[in-house]
Amino acid sequence: MSGSRHTRTLLLADIRTLLGEPSVLVRPEQLRTYECDGLTNFRVVPTAVVLPTNAEQVQEIVRLCHRDGVPFVSRGSGTGLSGGALPVEGGIVISLARLNRILEVDIPNERVVVEPGVINLHVTQKVAPYGYFYAPDPSSQSVCTIGGNVAENAGGAHCLKYGFTTTHVLGLEVVLSDGSLVTLGGKAPDTSGYDLCGVFVGSEGTLGIATKVTLRIVRRPEVVQTMVAAFHSTDAAGEAVSRIIAAGIVPAAAEMMDRLSLQAAEAAVHAGYPNCECLLLVELDGVAIEVEVLVAQVKEICSACGAFETRLARSDAERAAMWKGRKAAFAAMGRVSPNYIVQDGVIPRTALSAVLREIERMSRDTGLRVANVFHAGDGNLHPLVLYDRRIEGQEHRAEHLAAEILKLCVRTGGSLTGEHGIGVEKRDFMPEMFAEPDLATMQRVRIAFDPQSLSNPGKVFPRPRLCAERPGPYEPHPLETAGVAELF
Amino acid sequence: MQREIAHIVGTDFIRHVSDADVIDGVLPKFVVEPGTPSDVSRVLAIAHDRGWQVVPRGGGTKLGWGNSPRAADVVLSLCRLDRVQEHAPGDMTATVEAGCTIAALQETLAQRGQRLALDPLWPGRATVGGVLATADSGPLRWSFGPPRDLVLGVTVALADGTLARSGGKVVKNVAGYDLPKLLTGSFGTLGVITQATFRLHPLPAAVRHLTFTLDAASVGAFIAAMRECSLATAAVQIRAGTEMNALAYVRVEGLPEAIEAKAEQVMQRANAAGADVSAAHAPAEDWSARERLFEDLEPTSLVCKIGIPPAESQHLLSLLEREASQDVRWRLVFQAFGVGVLRLELREPERSVVDRLRSRLAEFGGSLVVLACPAGMKPDANVWGEPGDALELMRRIKQQFDPHSILNPGRFLGGI
Ligand SMILES: Cc1cc2nc3c(=O)[nH]c(=O)nc-3n(C[C@H](O)[C@H](O)[C@H](O)COP(=O)(O)OP(=O)(O)OC[C@H]3O[C@@H](n4cnc5c(N)ncnc54)[C@H](O)[C@@H]3O)c2cc1C
Repeated sequence: MSGSRHTRTLLLADIRTLLGEPSVLVRPEQLRTYECDGLTNFRVVPTAVVLPTNAEQVQEIVRLCHRDGVPFVSRGSGTGLSGGALPVEGGIVISLARLNRILEVDIPNERVVVEPGVINLHVTQKVAPYGYFYAPDPSSQSVCTIGGNVAENAGGAHCLKYGFTTTHVLGLEVVLSDGSLVTLGGKAPDTSGYDLCGVFVGSEGTLGIATKVTLRIVRRPEVVQTMVAAFHSTDAAGEAVSRIIAAGIVPAAAEMMDRLSLQAAEAAVHAGYPNCECLLLVELDGVAIEVEVLVAQVKEICSACGAFETRLARSDAERAAMWKGRKAAFAAMGRVSPNYIVQDGVIPRTALSAVLREIERMSRDTGLRVANVFHAGDGNLHPLVLYDRRIEGQEHRAEHLAAEILKLCVRTGGSLTGEHGIGVEKRDFMPEMFAEPDLATMQRVRIAFDPQSLSNPGKVFPRPRLCAERPGPYEPHPLETAGVAELF
Repeated sequence: MQREIAHIVGTDFIRHVSDADVIDGVLPKFVVEPGTPSDVSRVLAIAHDRGWQVVPRGGGTKLGWGNSPRAADVVLSLCRLDRVQEHAPGDMTATVEAGCTIAALQETLAQRGQRLALDPLWPGRATVGGVLATADSGPLRWSFGPPRDLVLGVTVALADGTLARSGGKVVKNVAGYDLPKLLTGSFGTLGVITQATFRLHPLPAAVRHLTFTLDAASVGAFIAAMRECSLATAAVQIRAGTEMNALAYVRVEGLPEAIEAKAEQVMQRANAAGADVSAAHAPAEDWSARERLFEDLEPTSLVCKIGIPPAESQHLLSLLEREASQDVRWRLVFQAFGVGVLRLELREPERSVVDRLRSRLAEFGGSLVVLACPAGMKPDANVWGEPGDALELMRRIKQQFDPHSILNPGRFLGGI
């Protein structure tokens, strides 16, 4: 599918001439780092990993791939959780990590222009002195790249109020799979033509490589108040979220954790949460006078729904501690289970109790524990299916349970994924959510952008498993083991 | 051909055209009003086979925008697909057919204390499909974003009759490509939207409208001041022009407990920026100023939409002052002012004025699209402006979605 060994040798020789020997990795020990992303049970060894430093080099590399019909996979930090950056057999990986300059900070126009390898958190750090922040805040924000965020349409706890990556990306420069460079959108709103910037965001690397991104930044709210409320059941906490929303309140964040995930988080980072079946974390921000009233309202709703304790963070340190436990939740799972699978399904918020009860039943039936951490405000669940690989057959049952949970989400009118993307992991579930004509319509877009399917082939769309993939056990991402998520 | 179509939609829903159906000087042959999405797709499949040119139509309020159609055989009216199919207040979403008017939708949503936080032109006549296709927005965009940020999913009938769903019904969803964004603003050239799902917002508990007058010189300072207190304003609209004082309308939304304080904050900022706040609480008669920019047009007027990076409004105003000193008369409405979107009317413009403005705007990243202009001027006016380096890619998308180019042929950027 991807040219002979001979063409690949020639291709690499040409790329070496372009980038210099050290920027083309081919030795097995060098390639190992790149054989998977955060979804570690899918692995493919790429032919080579190339490390360009600017857009012209990216363009030239892609032109060469196009000439030789060799597929390529772009990669940011490799923190993706759906196998988006999984290499393709016989293809090369183009790492964007060295395109890491913040090109322009335009405070009056509330824009920042960056290269794709810039780390998400660095954008906020750059503009914080001016009273601004970059709103999309994935839990991996201290390590993941803007390019990866664009490709996955990354979300975060604060997206409930502020919108997802797509709301904040106004312009892109994209290298298409034939090596041509196109400008989509820009600093000003409403440029003429189709909203291809909007189409590119969330396309998981299948429509080309973003080499420049224009971001919108947001003014910091006057005040931020963070609180946690402790409940005797997830039902009660879910009811509280529904009533908060029904009261017309749009929190900056509304996050829920059940007992199992609380135990793990507590063991890992000692967040000091109240001992309870379910914890609700609510953040409110805006104008001081208004937030004060809203905090009181939310407290009242929580109590009415059975919260036996509510705590308001009185300092930045307390606020950080409240968030720390939530943001460390995935990483902390290692404390309560040797292995686990993270899912990312979305449900209509009103289906929350029904779905949680059903998950509980499925968990009982399979004898596998499921921890629940989720963005309650927008119905984005992160069920964590816990298992022990050393026990014969458990992994298989865990995979099956995770899949059944996803199908359940779709059946309630929800989605397979709220922020992690389809990648390779969920591509075969796409027909659960979309009919054949729906998928064929997406393919039309794919063909217009990338007629030869060179850019990250085999992702998003359903297709049979590649033979070079070694399906293996789930392993914690190195970042989780290293506790990067605990940095928050 | 009428017989075949009548067979699908029924003889009552196919008719000959009248003067009211003329689009930019082009008279189509007949009007079809299908009653279901699948009938829409069946009509399209026939048109596709025969190569008939189709103009999808909602309320017909913005049919004049864009290039004149290259040809038009059939007007495909969505007027019978006008139901709000589902309002899920607990999930804050609604699914609605494309032919439902914005006002009718809002009325349904308001019964449960919610709204689509979008205030496009002519809500009483503009339909959901038409608003999405033209990506029209109003002052509320400042707080809630343009249509692309509010639409969650669409069902679309493609030129060949394929009926496809995209996006979803939940507020968060990244499964597959974001086709609702591709269709939003595509001016009916890629497919016919038959239904859309939106995310909703609560109706505000309290609202205040403030009105200020400004002299021309303080418009820039006023805009800067309003951006400073952005948390207190839900929407700001400013009118200015060569033959008038500038007028600003500010909408404040919030909790009853906080609304007065927020309004007070806006008043103070406005006052400090040189606005006359003495009649601030006079009734805000004029949110419809944008609409009037299209309605009381002189036959020789040209209306365009301008997008600029938000802090460049002063820059734009100086450009316009320079034009005024050359005797060019203009009126403008900053609609979503903090976003950088405005509408400008030029009276008796020479084509060179449009060209000159366009090239100056381009210097700071702005763009200009002609929406309405005197009869006969359009072919000349280069409605969409310079297409940029993505035009080839856009053509390939069009080719994939509508290979025989039957949907609104010629109307879009680059003659797509
Ligand atoms: C502990 C942990 C917590 C996480 N929390 C969240 C969370 O809260 N919210 C969330 O949304 N995600 C979360 N993630 C997932 C992940 O961090 C995001 O998907 C992130 O956007 C990936 O960025 P990356 O730089 O690591 O991209 P990679 O993993 O390297 O790549 C992701 C995809 O982007 C493509 N890509 C990369 N760069 C480009 C480019 N320049 N142009 C085109 N395509 C490109 C790749 O081909 C791939 O398909 C988490 C992951 C971990 C490990």
